[in-house]
Amino acid sequence: MSPEKMVHMANQIATFFKTQPGEDAAEKVAAHIRDFWEPRMREQLLAHVAAGGAGLDAVVVASTRKL
Amino acid sequence: MKDFIIPQDDRDMGTPARTGAPVTLTIDGFEITVPEGTSVMRAAAEAGIKVPKLCATDSLEAFGSCRLCVVEIEGRRGTPASCTTPVAPGMVVHTQSSKVKKIRKGVMELYISDHPLDCLTCAANGDCELQDMAGMVGLRDVRYEPGRNHFEQRFAVGPNPEYIPKDTSNPYFTYDPAKCIVCSRCVRACEEVQGTFALTIEGRGFESRVKAGAAADDFLSSDCVSCGACVQACPTGTLQEKSVIELGTPERSVITTCAYCGVGCSFKAELNGDELVRMVPYKHGKANRGHSCVKGRFAYGYATHQDRILNPMIRETIHEPWREVSWDEALGFAAARLSGLQEKYGRRSIGVITSSRCTNEETYLVQKLARAVFRNNNTDTCARVCHSPTGYGLGQTFGTSAGTQDFDSVEHTDVVIVIGANPTDGHPVFASRLKKRLRQGAKLIVIDPRRIDLVKSAHIAASHHLQLRPGTNVAVVTALAHAIVTEGLFDEAFIRERCDWDEFLTYAEFVRDPRNSPEATELLTGVPAAELRAAARLFARGGNGAIYYGLGVTEHSQGSTTVMGIANLAMLTGNIGRKGVGVNPLRGQNNVQGSCDMGSFPHELPGYRHVKNPEVRAIFENIWGVEIDAEPGLRIPNMLDAAVDGTFKGLYCQGEDILQSDPDTKHVAAGLAAMECVIVHDLFLNETANYAHVFLPGSTFLEKDGTFTNAERRINRVRKVMAPRNGYADWEITQMLANAMGAGWTYTHPSQIMDEIAATTPSFAGVTYDLLEEKGSVQWPCNEKSPEGTPLMHVDGFVRGRGRFIVTEYVATDERSGPRFPLLLTTGRILSQYNVGAQTRRTANVVWHDQDVLEIHPHDAENRGVKDGDWVRIASRSGETTLRAQVTDRVAPGVVYTTFHHPDTQANVVTTDFSDWATNCPEYKVTAVQVGLSNGPTGWQQDYAVLAEQSRRILPAAE
Repeated sequence: MSPEKMVHMANQIATFFKTQPGEDAAEKVAAHIRDFWEPRMREQLLAHVAAGGAGLDAVVVASTRKL
Repeated sequence: MKDFIIPQDDRDMGTPARTGAPVTLTIDGFEITVPEGTSVMRAAAEAGIKVPKLCATDSLEAFGSCRLCVVEIEGRRGTPASCTTPVAPGMVVHTQSSKVKKIRKGVMELYISDHPLDCLTCAANGDCELQDMAGMVGLRDVRYEPGRNHFEQRFAVGPNPEYIPKDTSNPYFTYDPAKCIVCSRCVRACEEVQGTFALTIEGRGFESRVKAGAAADDFLSSDCVSCGACVQACPTGTLQEKSVIELGTPERSVITTCAYCGVGCSFKAELNGDELVRMVPYKHGKANRGHSCVKGRFAYGYATHQDRILNPMIRETIHEPWREVSWDEALGFAAARLSGLQEKYGRRSIGVITSSRCTNEETYLVQKLARAVFRNNNTDTCARVCHSPTGYGLGQTFGTSAGTQDFDSVEHTDVVIVIGANPTDGHPVFASRLKKRLRQGAKLIVIDPRRIDLVKSAHIAASHHLQLRPGTNVAVVTALAHAIVTEGLFDEAFIRERCDWDEFLTYAEFVRDPRNSPEATELLTGVPAAELRAAARLFARGGNGAIYYGLGVTEHSQGSTTVMGIANLAMLTGNIGRKGVGVNPLRGQNNVQGSCDMGSFPHELPGYRHVKNPEVRAIFENIWGVEIDAEPGLRIPNMLDAAVDGTFKGLYCQGEDILQSDPDTKHVAAGLAAMECVIVHDLFLNETANYAHVFLPGSTFLEKDGTFTNAERRINRVRKVMAPRNGYADWEITQMLANAMGAGWTYTHPSQIMDEIAATTPSFAGVTYDLLEEKGSVQWPCNEKSPEGTPLMHVDGFVRGRGRFIVTEYVATDERSGPRFPLLLTTGRILSQYNVGAQTRRTANVVWHDQDVLEIHPHDAENRGVKDGDWVRIASRSGETTLRAQVTDRVAPGVVYTTFHHPDTQANVVTTDFSDWATNCPEYKVTAVQVGLSNGPTGWQQDYAVLAEQSRRILPAAE
C-alpha cells in the first residue's frame, strides 16, 4: 500500500476516536488497528513510524506504541 | 427429484385475509368461524366451498364487478356478491341456490358471447379461470347471435372497429385485448400490489378497455415497470407470459428463493421436465407476500445464455487463450499453483473472496477453505464494498450486525425515513410494500441527493425531501438529533430503560452544541434548516418511526459513523423493539446478510466473533482439526494493495466481479495483474476473468440446494429445480478444490454444511433443513431461546445489554470538489439491471437500460454545452470514461449520477481509493469529477475493449 494511502487510513481512524469521550483515543485507535489491520499492514505502519511517521496524526503515532 | 410439497394452502381464497374478532356463520350448512371483516367468499373458501368468481382474487381488495359470486343470505333481500359482503354473526349463506345458479349461468353466457373460443390453441389453456368458471357454472350453450364484439378482426362488411391487435411490446408478456373480460384485476394489481398506477380502464360499458399509459403508449413505453403483477392477476390469456406462449403450461413447481436483491422473494419455479417455464412469486413467501419485480419474475434467461461457460479452463499466463480441460486437470493445476505460492511467498500470500450471490453453505465453505486449508484469514466478501459499515455500526450500538425488523413491519409504521436508498429501483418489492403503507397514510421523509421516485410518484409524496450534498450524511443525521434533543422530543423513558444513560448525556451534550444545529449545517449540507427541523419533529412525534437505508449511507468515508447516527436516532425516539419501527439496512445482493453471517470477513469467524478470541477459534479448531490463525486477514482493498506490493499472489474469487464492481478500476487491474494465480469461479467470463489463470464454471441458483439469508435475517431455502449445466453445484466445486489441496472434506449435501454451521454458530443453533421445510423460512437468531426464529430484534433489551449512544462528529471527506473537478459524482443502480449486470445484461432487461448514462442538472449541462444524449467524458483524479448524458433536474446542480451496470462504461474507473474509516468500505458515493463533451471512448476504454477481447479467446477443445 502506498504510504500516503496508509497514512490517510490511519489518520481517519484517529479522527474518529479523537471525537469520542474519554482520554484514551490512542488506546482505541490501537485496538481498532489490531482488530482490523492484517499484520503486514501493521508492520508497514510501525516501519513508517520508525522512519519518522511523516504525515501521521499524533494519536496514531501514540497508538503504535500499544500495538 | 422430489418436488417440494407446499405446506400451506395455496388456493386463491378470493379476497385478502383479515384480522379481527371471531365471527361464526353458516355456509351451505357448515358452521365456520372467521375474523371480523372477512368476506363471505373467503369464509366459504375457509370452509372448503369455492364460490365461482372472476374479478376477485386474494391479492386484491374485492371489487364486485363480475356478479358471478352472488349468493343468497337468509333474511337479506336479493343476491349479494359474496366478495364484497362481510360476514356477520349467525349469518346463513347458500352458495348454490337455483336462483344464483341461474344468475351465474347468465353472466357466463354474456362473457362468453364476447370471447374468442380458441381455447385449444390459447396459451392459457388449462390455466384459465374463464374456462374453469364456464365449466363450474355448467354453461352449455350461448344463445346470443354473433354481433358487436372485441375479438373478430373483420366482419363481412369490413374491419371490426372494436378489435385491438395484440400488444407484444413488452419483452416478457403480451396483452391481447381480444381475450379481455374487463375484470380490472390487472388495473387493481398495478395499483394495489405494485403501486405504479400504469394501467387504467378507458371508456364505459361495452367500450371499456384496459390501457397502459396515455393514448399513444404501449406496455413498453408506459410507466409499466414490468413487475408482472397484472399478468399474474389476469384470469384469462389476455396478459400472458411470452415464455408460456412459447413453451406451454407448466406442470410442476418448486418453491425457491430469488437470486437478485436482498429482499429475498420466494418464488414458485414452474417447469416442464427440466425446462423452466415461468417464475411466479409465492404468496406464502414472507418477504414478498406474493409480489415480485421484473428481475425476479422474468430475468432468469441468463441461466441458459450462450455466453455461459460450462467447462473448466486454464492458462499459464493471462496473455494466452483459454484451454478447456477436465475438472481434474483444472483443480490439480489450481491446487498446485496455490500450494506453490504458499511455499514460495508464505502462508498469507493467498486468499479468497466469497460471494454474496452464492448460498450460505457455499460461502461457509469458501471461508473455511481460507481458514482451514490455506490456514490464514484472508477471506472477504463483496459486503466489504457495500454494507460492512452496517456490520460495524450496528454491532457497536446495538450488539448485532443486522436489521432489526421483518419486512411485514412496514405495515405498522407511521413515519418512514428512507436515507441513501432508492427502493423502487434497488429493492422494488419492498418499495411496493412501503408505497402501500404510504397510501394508507404513513408519512415519508427522504434523505437523498437525488429526487428518487419515492419523493413523488403516483399517489404518494414525501412530506420532506432533504436533498443533501453528497458526503454530508453525518451532518444531516446529527442535525436531526440536535432538533430532537434541543426541542425535547426524545423518548426519555425508553432511553432510561434501554440505553446507557451516561452515554446518552454525553451524546446529548454533543448534539446540543450549536455547531450541530440545522441552521449551522445548512450551508454545508444544502438542506434548509426549517425543512430539516420539520422532518425531525415529524419523525419524533409521528408515531411508529422506521428508518430504511442503503448504500448511500455506507459507501462514504464516514459510512460507519452514519450507521451509528441512524442507530442513535432510533434509540433517541424509542423506535426499537416493536412492529413498525427499527433500523433496516436494505441489503444490495441476495445473500449479503448471509455472507456476513457466515464468517466471510477476515477478522470474524461465523457469527461475528473475532478471530482473536481463543474460545471462538477453539470451537472451529475442534471440528476442523486444524489450528486457526489468530490474526485478522486482508480485506479486499488490502489484498489488492498487497498484490501490488508483491506479497499477495493468489486469489480464489467465487461469484464476484471485483474488476467491474470495486472502486478505482486501474488499481484493481494492477492488483490482479500482479497475482500469479487468479481463480475465477463464475457463470461467465466476467471482467475479473480477464486477469484469471483458472476458470471454474459455476452453477445458477436454479441448479443447486442451499439457503440465502435476506435483509430481514430470513433464512430461505434455495432448491435445485434442475441439474447443474456445468456438472456441479458450487459447493461441490469448492469442496473439490479444497480436497485437491488435501482437505479431505466429505459433504454429500448442503444440509450437512448447515448442520456444521448450526453446531458452531449460536445464532444458527436451531437451524436445520427439516425446520426450513416445516416453517418455510426462519429468521435468525434461531436457537433454544427462539426455536422458531426472531422476527423482531431487541424486543426486551438490546443484544449487547444497553443500547449505546455514540458521538458522531461530522468530518468532511477529503474527496472535495475544486477547480479541476468541480462536480460530485454519486453512483447507484436502476430497476432493470442488477449490480455488474452479468446476469441482467444477458436478458431482455436491456430494452430498459442498454447503457449507463450520466444524469446531469440542466445548469451544469448548459455551462458545458452538453445536451441530452450527447457523449460526455467524465474524469476524476483516478481516471476517466465516456458515456451519454441525460439532462435532468433529478440531480441537484453540482451533482452528477450514473450506474455501474455496463463494463464498457466502467464507472469505477472514475471512483477513488478513499474508504470508510472503520471498514475500508469504498467511498463510491462521492467522487470529485469534471464533465465535458467528448467524441467517443477514452484511451482506457479502447485499450480495455482490446484486452477483454484478447482475454476471452478460448482454444478449440483438443481432439
